Amino acid sequence: MTKKQKKELRKIIISAVFFVAAIVLKNIEILTVLFSAAAFAVCGYKSVVRAIKNLVRLNPLDEHLLMTVASIGAFVIGEPVEGAAVMVFYQVGELFQSIAVSKSRKEIAALADIAPESACVLRDGEFVTVSPEEVKLGDTLLIKAGERVPVDCKVTEGNADIDTKAITGESVPVAVSAGESVFSGSVNLNGAIRAEAVAVYKNSTVAKILELTENVSSRKSSYESFIHRFALVYTPIVVGAAVLLAVVPSIVLGNWFEWIKRALTFLVISCPCALVISVPLAFFAGLGRASSNGILIKGSNYLEAMAKADTVVFDKTGTLTTGGFFVTEINPVTVSNEELLKVCASAENFSNHPVADAVKREYTGKLLEVTDVKELAGMGICAQSEQGEILAGNKRLMEEYKVSYDEVSDLGTVVYVACDGKFLGTVTVSDKVKENAKSAIEALKKQGIKKTVILTGDKHTAAEAVAKAVGADRVHYELLPQDKVEITEKIINDGAKVIFCGDGINDAPVMAMADISVSMGQIGQDAAIEASDIVITDDNLEKLSSAIRLAKKTVGAARVNIVFCIGVKVAVLILGALGITNIWAAVFADVGVCVIAVLNSVRILSKKLTKF
Amino acid sequence: MKKTFIIEDLECAHCAAKMEQAVKNLDGVIDASVNFLKSSITVEADDEIFDKVMKQAVKECKKIEPDAEIVL
Repeated sequence: MTKKQKKELRKIIISAVFFVAAIVLKNIEILTVLFSAAAFAVCGYKSVVRAIKNLVRLNPLDEHLLMTVASIGAFVIGEPVEGAAVMVFYQVGELFQSIAVSKSRKEIAALADIAPESACVLRDGEFVTVSPEEVKLGDTLLIKAGERVPVDCKVTEGNADIDTKAITGESVPVAVSAGESVFSGSVNLNGAIRAEAVAVYKNSTVAKILELTENVSSRKSSYESFIHRFALVYTPIVVGAAVLLAVVPSIVLGNWFEWIKRALTFLVISCPCALVISVPLAFFAGLGRASSNGILIKGSNYLEAMAKADTVVFDKTGTLTTGGFFVTEINPVTVSNEELLKVCASAENFSNHPVADAVKREYTGKLLEVTDVKELAGMGICAQSEQGEILAGNKRLMEEYKVSYDEVSDLGTVVYVACDGKFLGTVTVSDKVKENAKSAIEALKKQGIKKTVILTGDKHTAAEAVAKAVGADRVHYELLPQDKVEITEKIINDGAKVIFCGDGINDAPVMAMADISVSMGQIGQDAAIEASDIVITDDNLEKLSSAIRLAKKTVGAARVNIVFCIGVKVAVLILGALGITNIWAAVFADVGVCVIAVLNSVRILSKKLTKF
Repeated sequence: MKKTFIIEDLECAHCAAKMEQAVKNLDGVIDASVNFLKSSITVEADDEIFDKVMKQAVKECKKIEPDAEIVL
């Protein structure tokens, strides 16, 4: 609790004592009035002052003024206990509200707390602490254990484990050593490192993410806009109704006190605070929760759209697949897997072809010494070694050198390997489906996604194989970029709400067309961040379904709050007008509802409710 | 120029919305938005008149909610 809140609490406690005294002594009228007045004065004098100030400024719809009028009105019509109650409970509610809001503010701020505070740079032979904005390109930085990386940089000296969760959402720390890049905003967990700044703060990843999350509030969901419009008309209408209720029936039927009493209940519930606070809070909590898990959403409107989506369109390469070549199959004929790879990698060692890279990545053991390496265009590689002439390439290479081989019809690129005129076997290299792609698509279905579609420029067989492996409903293959646009357009025209999920670089036109575009694993790529509505900072596909679930919970909480708040208020207004209820219920409808709604919104921050 | 300022003691969301509207209506302000949860206001206005506009904005907001204060 802040100092201010503690002070309010003390006042409320004193008031409460007087208030209880007033209730206990309700048989002695004069004491009841006195104690009620004391309770009102202790906790309400500030509101009265504010009310008068606002009245002078011709701002009669101020909350303090309305409460003051309601409270004093109750005293005037001879209900001093109710009068005190309005003010005491109003203040209790304000305090609760204030505590709930400041608590959620703190929690949300903690989520977004990725800004580095200072940087330690080498200047004139000494390390000095400066603000991150002052770091220049090429500066040498010293990053100690526990410190946040100030700007994007490259390690020059030392080893450390880096926690990149705030930036990439990846919860496993990354070990870095000299030559490796580190994103700003990550935290050095252990060991000091020296690094060279490769970007100034303004262009660093952390600054871009912060900019993204800070501009979020300008893109509001329809719920927030609705609340905004609602708040503008609600108070004047309720206050107007209160005046009519106090005057019109009294003139017609008489009994002024009764009608004024009913009108006072109106004033008590005339503030739309519960909605105005809780609905944006729900969205803010949702966005904060997402960003702390590596899902950057550019506005609450996208959260809302995501909750409604029913179709996900994937780009294949780099999204469902890893986007690089990997050894996916090893088929030796006479030797071991290890031996086959060794021979193949030795021949490919000096090649920069993506296929060669994949083989070299797979085989990390000792290589054979090779000489006289020849790259035969369109066929493969021929090299001399102590074990004889090695051939690694396609079928044509085998035929060229008259080696008999067994044909393999795998998907992907098949490398035939022979040594000393003898066929050893084949190594298949292909783009690999991401390990969690299948489970990610299953999870999407659980979140109510009816259709998953793959778009790819790749060949029929490869596309079908991926679709089968991940369990997608439909696949469109051999597409040119304009075909992708056409197909997406058709899906949208059929009435689907489409999420397009790609790498964000090659698919800008499709991204622009989809209801929501998601780019994956491209943090640091401006174009991708620019083009997409949602950025998933690592390439974990499963986050997509988590994001949809979070979106649904958020929209759900907002909707419940709207229905609940308006429902309770309208009910109390009707009951109040009929004289069935009293000021007590009105006080609950105002402050109690607000506190409950705020708590309902804050629930979204809970780890249990929205698991990642 | 677009700049964000902290608002101290901003406790009433309704007032925040009113502040946003009031600042938006000021002459020279291109856009303004109050973020209740971050207790901040972002104002966009032309460079030459920015300081002047902000002074007015502070005054307007003070009128709406005397407790809250924009920190320039």
